[in-house]
Amino acid sequence: MHIEIDEISKQFGTTAALNPVSLSIPSGALVALLGPSGSGKTTLLRILGGLEFPTSGRVRFDGQDATGLTVQERRAGFVFQSYALFRHMTVFDNIAYGLNARPRASRPTKAEIVRRVTKLLELIQLPDIGPRYPSQLSGGQRQRVALARALAIEPRMLLLDEPFGALDAKVRKELRQGLRDIHDTTGLTTVFVTHDQEEAMQLADLVVVMSMGRIEQIGKPQDIQARPATPFVREFIAA
Amino acid sequence: MSDASSPVPFHSATEEAPVARWLLIGLAFAGLSILVFAPLIAVFVEALADGVAASLKSLASPDAGHAIRLTLTIAAISVPLNAVFGIAAAWFITKFDFRGKAFLITLIDLPFSVSPVVAGLCIVLMFGANSLVGGWLVGHGYPIVFAMPGIILATMFVTFPFVARELIPVMIEQGRAEEEAALTLGASGWRTFWTVTLPNIRWALLYGVLLCNARAMGEFGAVSVVSGKIRGHTATMPTTIEMLYQEYLSVAAFSVAAVLALLALLTLLLKTALEIRHADQLAATHRH
Repeated sequence: MHIEIDEISKQFGTTAALNPVSLSIPSGALVALLGPSGSGKTTLLRILGGLEFPTSGRVRFDGQDATGLTVQERRAGFVFQSYALFRHMTVFDNIAYGLNARPRASRPTKAEIVRRVTKLLELIQLPDIGPRYPSQLSGGQRQRVALARALAIEPRMLLLDEPFGALDAKVRKELRQGLRDIHDTTGLTTVFVTHDQEEAMQLADLVVVMSMGRIEQIGKPQDIQARPATPFVREFIAA
Repeated sequence: MSDASSPVPFHSATEEAPVARWLLIGLAFAGLSILVFAPLIAVFVEALADGVAASLKSLASPDAGHAIRLTLTIAAISVPLNAVFGIAAAWFITKFDFRGKAFLITLIDLPFSVSPVVAGLCIVLMFGANSLVGGWLVGHGYPIVFAMPGIILATMFVTFPFVARELIPVMIEQGRAEEEAALTLGASGWRTFWTVTLPNIRWALLYGVLLCNARAMGEFGAVSVVSGKIRGHTATMPTTIEMLYQEYLSVAAFSVAAVLALLALLTLLLKTALEIRHADQLAATHRH
């Protein structure tokens, strides 16, 4: 799905989290929103997911105005920073949650839900953890379960907030490839937020560098590295 | 001389020396015995001073029976209402940002700081037969003061903070991420509440409800002001105990007191039983 962000701004009280920003994300791209904390990257992601609403500007999905769509109507697979798995449910129930939440008319049958959850568990290469609780999983496993749960709703796009933030270096590298693979198999337009420039450069097709609620530069990783547009970008990617 | 292979006693840095440990444990037990166990035993000893038969006979009197039924009815009405209000208040305070939040939290705590007697007097002033509202209600056959509605109002006022106070820290700690996740997965706000919020707070809620219940059954000050303590009509268990005691009917007074204490113990027992039964879930919700 093609996502278009048109002059989006966001005020929290008197502070501006986002100055008007515009960005066009081609269908099927893997995009990184890169910047230090307070740069507005998470706010932008939450606006795409419908968890936050912009003060001004429009969002368009495939040319259709989506600014007023509720979080449920957006059908965005969202992976939260600390994964936000439902702690009182098993991994199976976590992944099945979105399917069970559908209105009766469009809800898959029990057998179909089992089939889909099983398939997703295979996709994240953890076929046997269905009966476990989130507290019994490692950080990396939790992240993959969160990804499977987001994919279960057959989302129109995938949004990830610091998906590798809470993991150690080795697991992080493995999961980076995992995300790349899942993106390539599903073909979903994917946006992830990160403060790690190496992660953004290695993983993304398109990198959006942000600072202080503004977009500093948009480009392919190699272009940004070769020709940083502003002193901030030069400094940030050198760090 | 000891060599490297001789056993060395290991203990963690936070572990006290045995003497200090036993002293602390002993102190805790002594405190509990004097302040909690001894009075509790005294209640039962006094109640059974003239034998079980005398105690049961005093409980079988119509006034005692009415007081027990009234107290249970009051708790059965005010505790669920306070649970609903408490959840609503805690939800509102922890999941939304708005002006006057600190003021609202202070307001919730108000019943803890105001003397119950004062609270009772406020209700008499507001709804008494001489007040504007109360006069109108009495005129239409709905008396508040010296009747059941007044007792319920007083009980609810005094026990209001228990549920909300228990829930607010838990809900703040858990944050909003799980609710947001449910919404992005397509769940409605209502469904999110029932399938995510409520299961996550159920232990805190249970604890708050039990505390609220214990206090609702035991409330004396506010209730004694608004109820008028009419025997067989508006006298609850605590007010009945006081009246019987003032009349030197010590067996009767302590028998009702023993029933009240037993109800409180039953509440605690229920809580412990639930905790043991759901220990694994309890651990799962806490360790995450």
